[in-house]
Amino acid sequence: MYILGLLWLIPMAWVVWTAFRPKDAALGFHWSLEWTLDNFITVWQEAPFGQYYLTTLILTGGVLCVQLLSLTLAAYAFARVRFAGRDLVFILFLVQIMVPPDVLIFSNYHVLKELGLLDTKLGVMLPYFASSFGIFLLRQAFKQLPYELEEAARVEGCSRLGLLWRIYVPLSRPVYLSFAVVSFSYHWNNFLWPLVVTNSVENRPLTVGLALFAKSTESGGQWTEVCAATLLVVAPIFIGFLIFQRQFISSFMHSGIKG
Amino acid sequence: MNTVWSERLKRNSLGWGLLLPSLLILGLFTYYPIFKTTWLSLFRMDLSTPVPVFNGLGNYAALLEDPVFLKVFINNIWFGLGTVPTSMALAFVMALFADKAIRGKGFIRVAYFYPNMIPMIAVANIWLFLYTPKFGLLAHVASWFSEQEVSLLGQPGTVMGALIVMIIWKEAGYFMLFYLAALQQIPKDLYESASVDGVGMWKVLWRITIPLTMPTSLFVAIVAITNAFKLVDHLWIMTKGGPDNASSLLLYYIYETAFSYNDQGMGAAMTVVLVILLLIVSSLQFFGWDRKIHYE
Repeated sequence: MYILGLLWLIPMAWVVWTAFRPKDAALGFHWSLEWTLDNFITVWQEAPFGQYYLTTLILTGGVLCVQLLSLTLAAYAFARVRFAGRDLVFILFLVQIMVPPDVLIFSNYHVLKELGLLDTKLGVMLPYFASSFGIFLLRQAFKQLPYELEEAARVEGCSRLGLLWRIYVPLSRPVYLSFAVVSFSYHWNNFLWPLVVTNSVENRPLTVGLALFAKSTESGGQWTEVCAATLLVVAPIFIGFLIFQRQFISSFMHSGIKG
Repeated sequence: MNTVWSERLKRNSLGWGLLLPSLLILGLFTYYPIFKTTWLSLFRMDLSTPVPVFNGLGNYAALLEDPVFLKVFINNIWFGLGTVPTSMALAFVMALFADKAIRGKGFIRVAYFYPNMIPMIAVANIWLFLYTPKFGLLAHVASWFSEQEVSLLGQPGTVMGALIVMIIWKEAGYFMLFYLAALQQIPKDLYESASVDGVGMWKVLWRITIPLTMPTSLFVAIVAITNAFKLVDHLWIMTKGGPDNASSLLLYYIYETAFSYNDQGMGAAMTVVLVILLLIVSSLQFFGWDRKIHYE
């Protein structure tokens, strides 16, 4: 099993190794221990990766903030408000899990065009502002909280939104954290939709930037730079993952069981 | 009587009010697009027809005769057959390891899971580099054995296999997590009583572990199958669907038809096919099937 683990590490190790190698040493067949940071410097100068970083942060952060708000409200409605048509809408919400926005790229592109939001950051984020997956996850957590808490708080004169904010949200912190981890890594890695929607440098996330960079170095000779660029894109989330691997892994586990 | 009604009204407006933000977004980017695509799929709309012409089911009929579509569809089925069972089986074995490992548990999990944290685009770059002739790792390895140059991605016969291996590398660790969770939920006393009775390891695996992780297998299977229709980012970097469409998949072909060839009617028709496919696959989970396995 350790061998399988090592086997799994090889691709990444190879890329890390290449990224730090001088160009001719990496592509030749002789072994040596030379290393250099030139590749990273070249990459940073040739493509606006700083800008890409900023955009990606804005996009992932923006999506997450709005999601947290929208899904808190909806999850509470599904968990604790008995309103007419609840079961029907619930099924309607399932549809988004089965058919995620990515599959509808072509039609969503047209919706965005009609809204006049092509090539904007808002346009990249908008389809993901609601997440059925998150709603179901959170609804489950809300349902597990004892109803007596809510009743007690209401006797004390707390409003419904007040108790949502003071009781439900703080008590469901772990679930919020799980969702945040999953959502953040999903949007950090998202590619096709931003590729379709964006045209200008300042709206492009890292993934699209990386793809364009890799395409621009068509000749095989620039492999060290492509490796360096790949590492630049992978690094933040990867380092985060290594430091908080326990939380990351349990977040993904958690979100699966309840799904 | 009046207070009952006002109470009910209050409850209903609260419920719908809370849902409103999510409903608005879902409406705009899920329901409306689905209806609109279905409607558009009935029209001829491409570069040579400036004004859309109603075409009935013509686009669908044309799809059945489009050799590229058929090829891509069959590719997608092969892609699914290649990735789903293998990555599931591997994930199960990985989970058994990662659950039992006494030393280096953390290392094992990280090693198996990390590909999932990497963007598909970066994965594509990494593997393109591994596969690339002359400079790649595989080329290095192959050069020890033979003089001939291997170009796995450049040949229609091998390109799909090469991509399948890559996807298994990326996905198996993710599915492992679900199995890990499932393994931890199996009551320990089952295993204890089995070992007291002197039941062998294989039998325990066959009689306890596998049946009790069945619901998870189903869940993972659904996720894996739907993924097989959604994973396309890598094609953009690695092969552009080539050579000779040998590696193209449904969603990528939709992307090309809609955005490169600007054939909107056909793009819409294919989207409808894909949506129906996904709906069928995932409703298997939600209706019926799931319950049967749970309580067998």
